[in-house]
Amino acid sequence: MELSFISSILFATVVAGTPLIIVALGELVTEKSGVLNLGAEGIMSVGAVAAFATAHHTGSPLLGILAGMGAGMLMSLLFGISALTLMANQVASGLALSIFGVGLSAFIGKPYESIALASVTPIRIPLLNKIPLLGPSLFEQQGLVYFSWVLIAAVAWFLYRSRSGLVLRAVGESPVAAHSIGYGVVRIRYQAVLFGGAMAGIGGAFLSVFYTPMWVEGMVAGRGWIALSLVVFATWRPMRVMIGAYLFGGCMITQMFVQGSGARISIPAQFLSSLPYVATILVLVLISRNRSTIRINSPASLGQPFLPDA
Amino acid sequence: MWLKFEPRPEPSKAMTYLSPILAVGLMFLSGLILFLILGKSPVEGFKVFFMNPLKDSYGVAELFLKATPLMLCAVGLSVGFKANVWNIGAEGQLLIGALAGGWLALRFEGSNSPFLLPSMIIAGALGGMLWAAIPAFLRTRFNANEILTSLMLVYVAELMVSWLVHGPWKDPDGFNFPQTKLFSATATLPILLAGTRVNAALVFALGALVVGWVFMNRSFMGYQMKVAGQAEFAGRYAGFSAKRSVWIGMLAGGAMAGVAGISEVAGPIGQITEHISPGYGFAAMIVAFVGRLSPIGILFSSLLMALLYMGGEQAQQYLALPSSISKVFQGMLLFFLLGSDVFINFRPRLVRRRK
Repeated sequence: MELSFISSILFATVVAGTPLIIVALGELVTEKSGVLNLGAEGIMSVGAVAAFATAHHTGSPLLGILAGMGAGMLMSLLFGISALTLMANQVASGLALSIFGVGLSAFIGKPYESIALASVTPIRIPLLNKIPLLGPSLFEQQGLVYFSWVLIAAVAWFLYRSRSGLVLRAVGESPVAAHSIGYGVVRIRYQAVLFGGAMAGIGGAFLSVFYTPMWVEGMVAGRGWIALSLVVFATWRPMRVMIGAYLFGGCMITQMFVQGSGARISIPAQFLSSLPYVATILVLVLISRNRSTIRINSPASLGQPFLPDA
Repeated sequence: MWLKFEPRPEPSKAMTYLSPILAVGLMFLSGLILFLILGKSPVEGFKVFFMNPLKDSYGVAELFLKATPLMLCAVGLSVGFKANVWNIGAEGQLLIGALAGGWLALRFEGSNSPFLLPSMIIAGALGGMLWAAIPAFLRTRFNANEILTSLMLVYVAELMVSWLVHGPWKDPDGFNFPQTKLFSATATLPILLAGTRVNAALVFALGALVVGWVFMNRSFMGYQMKVAGQAEFAGRYAGFSAKRSVWIGMLAGGAMAGVAGISEVAGPIGQITEHISPGYGFAAMIVAFVGRLSPIGILFSSLLMALLYMGGEQAQQYLALPSSISKVFQGMLLFFLLGSDVFINFRPRLVRRRK
């Protein structure tokens, strides 16, 4: 097989994995604070359409990303009001956010269908991009790809090396204990939820402004849910999120390359397209099989509402 | 001043029933604001969206037609939701039900057997159950989160429908449209009211509501499901099997969604296409919650949800708005409901902010 072919598969894998990394890391921080936000799919959808519209009207992809981020934060604020302030069931609130977000994005996005954005020139990192095979796939990428790497390091550092990260984890493990020594559990959870929303919004923006670059209803295509599964797969550890995201990216890309390669393979396209979803199920089964892995690694208060001053 | 929520000594029964009404009111209100933002007259928008669909008896019949699959899915899902079994893949189970029953219709095309239609319905239920059994098995055997697995299977089911109607099941005389042959008359549900599209599926749906009510309120198993949801440890202490709750919850949802699916393709659609359901399986979750997971509530909330679907179509036709506006309303409704539910367990009080 040609070197350039492998290189292009690698390149595409990194691109496909990037939104998953960003969204999953946001969700990871949210979950570490003890909040399960199942709304990633909805947030990504709204982030994608907000980013697309902004990039289309202003011509600036950067403003697009910021708009996606802002929209994501607004969406996650809705979740926060429901699940944190009004103490509603987190699973139901997250589902509401997903249903609402997917619907809202279809509604807002209607006028933007069948418009394409100019593709954004990647950022080349001098010297590093000359490395054979890896250079072009890793170092001639969009800015958000580098951002995703920085984000992994930043989230890992924040959670395990910073004081605020320690507090956040404490809130996720035992909100009552954290509350009793004076930490504002709800405030910290709000911050974590907003961070998760911002990241999911950026993940959506990446899809509509850089990856495709256009807006199609339903274009997020379950990536929000796959990102949620990735957090479980990674057993709530930032580095493993990256590994998982690239595995999935690879899975999505390989099926596309196989489909694109044409006549020699007679597998229906729909079978190949279902691979990422089937893989998600398999991965969840493999990781969850061992109950203690999940019990030890998941934040102890995950999904449970916290009642302040009780 | 600062709004504070004080826990009530006991959950308020009145608020349990008032909360959905409050949520619907808030949804109407936001609807008016939404129309205003969109530059439409709120009064006109409200009329077109909520009143136009019901202006004649045909419209009312359509309301019941659209409410049927929602009722079926929601009553099935509510069984699981009561026990905190989160089957969010009803949409996929609906599609597989449509495929399983539809397969019989295509396989025995032109058959005059009176058993064909009943077999199709049963096959639909079994298909939905099979699709729901996957997450149930993975949850009980491997501890895999049923929320994520059941949802992933929706995408797989959609792709399976797409493959069949583009490939093996495509009507050879269908001008290359991705759809199967039309089902023959013996494989189509009888119309209940001449001049409308309301068919026998409404009877199944109403029957399912009754069965659901009896199961949840009069059977020991239903009681176990409720305990499992409300007091997990008490349930375990009493020796109720958590695994069984998962199985029952998932299979009930799958079976009903499957019946909804076959009823759509053997009903108003009359063939299998790529557009069997406009998200009924997802909307049914909202129906179940707004209906307080109770069959009587679901009856009303499914009609409301059907109205939202029809309102979206009207808005597209008369207000030049995308029909997805109905999903915006659906999402808002669920949010408002979850928010209003705070009053069930808490009492709002204005307090002076602490220094």
